[in-house]
Amino acid sequence: MQTKVVLKKLTKAYGRRRLFADISVIIPDRSVFVLHGPNGTGKTTLLRIICGHVPATSGEVEITVDGRLLAREERREHIGLVSPDLELYGELSAVENLEFFAGVRGLPFSLEKARNLLASVGLAGRGRDLVDTYSSGMKQRLKYAYALLHEPRILLLDEPTSNLDETGVAVVAEIIRRQKERGIVIMATNEPEEVSYGDQTLALGQPGTGHLAQGPAH
Amino acid sequence: MFAITTLVAVSFSVGGAVLDADLSAALLWLILFFTSMAGLSRAFVQEEEAGTVTALRLAARPDAVFIGKYLFNVTLLFSLDVLVVPLFWVLLQQTVALPLSFLAVVLLGTAGLAGASTMVAAIVAKAGARGPLMTVLAFPVLLPLLLGAISSTRTCFVGDKAIAADLLFLFCYNGVALTASLLLFPYVWDE
Repeated sequence: MQTKVVLKKLTKAYGRRRLFADISVIIPDRSVFVLHGPNGTGKTTLLRIICGHVPATSGEVEITVDGRLLAREERREHIGLVSPDLELYGELSAVENLEFFAGVRGLPFSLEKARNLLASVGLAGRGRDLVDTYSSGMKQRLKYAYALLHEPRILLLDEPTSNLDETGVAVVAEIIRRQKERGIVIMATNEPEEVSYGDQTLALGQPGTGHLAQGPAH
Repeated sequence: MFAITTLVAVSFSVGGAVLDADLSAALLWLILFFTSMAGLSRAFVQEEEAGTVTALRLAARPDAVFIGKYLFNVTLLFSLDVLVVPLFWVLLQQTVALPLSFLAVVLLGTAGLAGASTMVAAIVAKAGARGPLMTVLAFPVLLPLLLGAISSTRTCFVGDKAIAADLLFLFCYNGVALTASLLLFPYVWDE
């Protein structure tokens, strides 16, 4: 059960504007990797490149699971994503959303599994409510249920605690702790508390460069 | 509503007279084309606007997404056929010499409309100016289908020549549109 993410000389530019250049990092199994830096320095873009949703200008992302290098189309089976620009279907309930995405992923679905998942993110008893009636914090919690539905090896978190109250922040801390036991967490954040979770941190900010540091193990 | 309004307006303006078969066939397919453009362009735009496209892209294989959207669009257009074709028959009093062939032409034609339009809708969803783009992009792709469907429909109305070659053309268009869409869709969806 080994997972590894390798970023090799990653560069991303939009036209003449270069977001970052030559980022090379090895993210080992059972670790947390944190991206931080001012707005507009490419944190979200880097997560999207790792997902395979945005192509890098140059360089490559290698994801290895159990010794096997994954093709780009195989990554979705092993990646879970929580991001501000990710939304779930508002006209469906939370349980229906989970059932839909389980079906799309070809996973077995049971009401009990959905209830357990929703309870683990603090949405117990609200599974039958339409997502459109949820507060922004509840929607954020549901995104975690969506991201963890297929028990991914790699969990990508963009602004992981946005819209969450204290209880929600504690739920996220527990999710990060559990995910670290079974794989990798890569997150983009500027919250000092979340940055401190990182075994490695990468500061994006100075144009064209990134500063890699070993962080305190949490 | 577009389909019903057009049919009622034309039937009143011709005052009960039966239209020429060529004109009648063209009118039917123009109604189906513009109605489908209005409905099918939403297939992917809705996902982009609601932000659900990211969740779907991460969870589903591109071919599964395309087939799901295609089947939805085919169902939508078949429902439209059920509404428009009988209304067309009643309001314009068009006689059909080859009813079974006419049914096959309508089904193959609308399936072809759905197949090519689903792919174009995916491209349009990525663009900023979505409104007029769907019809502009779809028109050249769908022109061979429309010409074939109009010609076949006219033949079904009049019954003056064999229809097999026309049906084969519509069948092949569907095959080509679906194959090309399945091959190209991952590039549109993942980029």
